[in-house]
Amino acid sequence: MMYAITIYGEAGLFEQLPQSRQDEVMAGHRSLQERLGARGDYISVKLMPPSTAVTISPASAPDATPLIVDGPFAETKESFLGFYAAEFRDLDEALDYARMISSPIARLEVRPISWAGGVISTEG
Amino acid sequence: MSAPSDWLAASFAQQRPRAMAALTRYFGSVEVAEEAFAEACLKALTHWPARGKPHDPLAWLLTTARRSGLDVLRKQQRRSRILAENQTVMEETAAPLPDPDALRDDVLRLLFICCHPALERRDQIALALRVVAGLSVAEIARGFLVKAKTMEQRITRAKKRIADNPVPFETPSPQERGRRLAEVSVMVYLMFNDGWSASETETQMRPRLCEEAIRIARLLAELFPGMGEQMALLALLLFQHARRHARVDDKGQPIAFEDQARSLWSRAEMNEAQAFFDKARRIGHQGPYLIQAAIAAEHARAPSSDATDWPLIEAHYAALHALQPSPVVRLNLIAVQARTKGPAHALAEMQTLAPELDGYRWFHTMRAAFLEDTGHPETALAAYRRARALGPTAPERRLLDEKIAALKKNL
Repeated sequence: MMYAITIYGEAGLFEQLPQSRQDEVMAGHRSLQERLGARGDYISVKLMPPSTAVTISPASAPDATPLIVDGPFAETKESFLGFYAAEFRDLDEALDYARMISSPIARLEVRPISWAGGVISTEG
Repeated sequence: MSAPSDWLAASFAQQRPRAMAALTRYFGSVEVAEEAFAEACLKALTHWPARGKPHDPLAWLLTTARRSGLDVLRKQQRRSRILAENQTVMEETAAPLPDPDALRDDVLRLLFICCHPALERRDQIALALRVVAGLSVAEIARGFLVKAKTMEQRITRAKKRIADNPVPFETPSPQERGRRLAEVSVMVYLMFNDGWSASETETQMRPRLCEEAIRIARLLAELFPGMGEQMALLALLLFQHARRHARVDDKGQPIAFEDQARSLWSRAEMNEAQAFFDKARRIGHQGPYLIQAAIAAEHARAPSSDATDWPLIEAHYAALHALQPSPVVRLNLIAVQARTKGPAHALAEMQTLAPELDGYRWFHTMRAAFLEDTGHPETALAAYRRARALGPTAPERRLLDEKIAALKKNL
């Protein structure tokens, strides 16, 4: 089954860490990406901070236009920072892989994927 | 600080501006707020690892800091005096944590307090770095290339000044909020510039100042969504900062904009700048930061200096000059016109600026380059010498010396 490993945390906290700690966090991500890449296709997405977001709320009436509001849809202490998606044998295996990027600044959620499509990359 | 607390220190730094803002309102004193916040962080160092990081770290720090602050005051027997002066403030906010709107105005107030008109600009920046960003006095001293002791004295003096002259705690009117935002934005902009171009020193750049300016700009953009100028300011600083690795060579020599290796510009940072710029443009308030961000965005988009849409950049500078007429903006406009209309046109335009910018070394460096381009080596040499006499940074001085030597050889 396909699983998404989604990452939540305080936006900007990573940048506050000293370089050595940032390197530690990144090392976890790099080894996860290497291992996933060796097995097949996967997706890895890092979002820009929530303040770059614009929210589109449903139109208030059937013939009104949707409301576009600056900012993320909800002001929360922890926000959605990014995610991975890949095929895993089972939940246990997905959890094993997710553990590779666990750190004090991230809360991880492992959730099965119902449907996925498309191929994107910012590299090259 | 020992290594495992790095994670916590990052969290404290992240919460500091909001916490300091709320505590300054609560205690009516920046100094007491600082003590209380430091005390709360100290407690968090033992509590959080033992019981897990609280779900709302800001709320935890604020509650703890209020208790610690009151203890401190009690011990120092200052409580009665401060309570008497701020009774309404303390009662009003005693129980619940500030709501997001109040907190937003508190942060703005704290930054605005640092911008006190009685303080020199440098001291305003130093104070904001200490109080809001939480840098140590030693770090700030390094940033400004002065002795820690000197910086300590300056910050102490600045704190005294702001304590004598408090900013009212009422919710500001929209006009007043706008005025405060504008004032604080200028301080942030200048903090970045201070880091970007150190003068009369060996160091060409002090990245810490740039980073902290970006942090405050981020905070403002976060707290005031929908304010186009705040987003534009952040976009502008991010566009600039993304070019930092291309600005100097291995030996610390500055590299002229047109000669910079654009592959060294950080794409990820430029993309983020672009994201904020796009949002600011949607709002459409054509303020000075949006225009400057538009110029930076055009440079970021262009594959090379030659492939840049210089007429568009000229139009942006003309708009900026119409909005904020100043000799330096006009000088920038003329520099672009040298590309669109040629160096002879630029030289003629510069004549009217000479009285105002005679003490500005870039005026003479620019003029010298145009004089060289139009075949006037002798006057070019004199202009380079004039620039050299106006306190260039050491790397700039080396560049000027090379220009002077080359011209002398060919005369």
